[in-house]
Amino acid sequence: MKLSRLRRWSGETLVVGIPMVWLLVFFLMPFIIVAKISLAQSAVSIPPYTAMFEWADSRLAVIFDLSSYVWLTEDTLYFDAYVNSIKIAFFSTLICLMIGYPMAYAIARAPAANQPLWLLLVLLPSWTSFLIRIYAWIGLLKNNGLINNFLMWIGIIDDPIQMLHTPFAVYLGIVYAYLPFMILPLYANLVKHDQSLLEAASDLGAKAFTIFTRITLPLSKNGMVAGSMLVFIPVVGEYVIPELLGGNSTVMIGKVLWQEFFNNRDWSVAAALAAIMVAILIIPIMLFHRYEQKTLEEEAQ
Amino acid sequence: MRNFSFSRFMFWAGLTFLYLPMFILVIYSFNESRLVTVWAGWSTKWYGELFQDTQIMGAVKRSLEVAFLSATSAVFFGMLSSWAMVRIAKFRGKTLFGGMITAPLVMPDVIIGLSLLLLFVAFTQLTGWPRERGMLTIWIAHTTFGMAYATVVISSRLREMDASIEEAAMDLGAPPLKVFFAITLPLIAPAVASAWLLAFTLSLDDVVIASFVTGPGATTLPIEVLSSVRRGVSPKINVLASLIIFAVSMVTFTVWYVSRRLEKNRQKAMADDFLIE
Repeated sequence: MKLSRLRRWSGETLVVGIPMVWLLVFFLMPFIIVAKISLAQSAVSIPPYTAMFEWADSRLAVIFDLSSYVWLTEDTLYFDAYVNSIKIAFFSTLICLMIGYPMAYAIARAPAANQPLWLLLVLLPSWTSFLIRIYAWIGLLKNNGLINNFLMWIGIIDDPIQMLHTPFAVYLGIVYAYLPFMILPLYANLVKHDQSLLEAASDLGAKAFTIFTRITLPLSKNGMVAGSMLVFIPVVGEYVIPELLGGNSTVMIGKVLWQEFFNNRDWSVAAALAAIMVAILIIPIMLFHRYEQKTLEEEAQ
Repeated sequence: MRNFSFSRFMFWAGLTFLYLPMFILVIYSFNESRLVTVWAGWSTKWYGELFQDTQIMGAVKRSLEVAFLSATSAVFFGMLSSWAMVRIAKFRGKTLFGGMITAPLVMPDVIIGLSLLLLFVAFTQLTGWPRERGMLTIWIAHTTFGMAYATVVISSRLREMDASIEEAAMDLGAPPLKVFFAITLPLIAPAVASAWLLAFTLSLDDVVIASFVTGPGATTLPIEVLSSVRRGVSPKINVLASLIIFAVSMVTFTVWYVSRRLEKNRQKAMADDFLIE
């Protein structure tokens, strides 16, 4: 009896312990180090930042150097980049929701035998390369690209419209790339709705629109939150899309961070930018986690 | 049902939006011309040129290697953490664990990449390990976010599964490991396979995290593609894109077809059993 309990205990400890240690070391600890390096100053050394602890004349000095954070307030570029990223993420999430909701609804109401294939068709693009799907738009949006060539050929316009390297291109790219992530949780939610509820409402004389706004929409709240967070959070830190489609027209924080790190080689400013970004995103991330848990609890019932 | 037809329309319009750019890319990969947007007749010339490009082919090989290794380890960790989240009702730090396993799903790539790089640099400074960054550090990074996705896929299957079969086997005295290999694993196998495929494609696709944590000599395919795309549109990238789209579609539809067949057989077998009884 005792032996089996011991064996069970050690088994569970390993099952929990192995992934737990991995995540603590390679997911949580990096954030602590980011926080630490954001409180250093960039220096000409290897690695290129000053030490936090200094030992001299039997005195241990712990230095919290706030110069990186001060630097971020001195140039409006950074503040604008944060605001702009949140703005772009917010509106593109909204557009994804408006396009993705009817699509998810159509799949959830399709004959049950067709649903797996339809869902597969929506998700398939997201399994091909993200980079390449963004790249495809460069060839379409360029001044001498396919869309402009086509419009000039049929005679609607005489001169090419500047589309690449505009905010429009960034929105387009984000919606294009993130749409499947909105549809998946929405579908998972909509497909579980009790059909008899809708039939009852319809029998009692409710119009299709009323049924939708009074029953379907409120019931799908969890799906909408999950899908929106799945789009909003990663888009705030998006790098590839503003880099390839936005050019100099759009300043987003992910791109600014990348440039601070790779071009200016200022590691502590990059770390400070990341720390602030995590602070901004921590509430949406917790919201996402909470709704995930909620959905699971509902399923368990 | 006006509502219904509107959503149908949106569905097909949305699919067109998702597929048209990729479709055009595939067509233009057969373009003779070096100028990507000018059509100069059908040709498979650039397909030949791509296979001659040793730099790209080297990157393809490295990417496949790292994707294979990180998908395998991600699925291993994913099975453990799914078990922990679903089958173990309570353990110390479960809330923290649950948070750490979902956060990588949404955390922006630049943050994961930068923070992991700073961790590796700090490690090297303190312990001398890792001696240099490259394939090993990319593998660690990809395993970490891959296991988060693997856990989502595997734990949802585990949750659906009836735990009473496992409990019965345990009550009859089967050791936990035997129960896992004889009962649990065969039942969650389809989910494990799709988790592996998902982690594999995610690793193959990652450019931002890999750019941060890589080192000299470990250029993966997406890093190679990004630097080439920055220089402008090139016919070789069109070819590469078409091959990726083709490969992913083939694998996806094969998996879909096989799983549909298996499901049909299973249902048929169950119906037969019912009739015999």
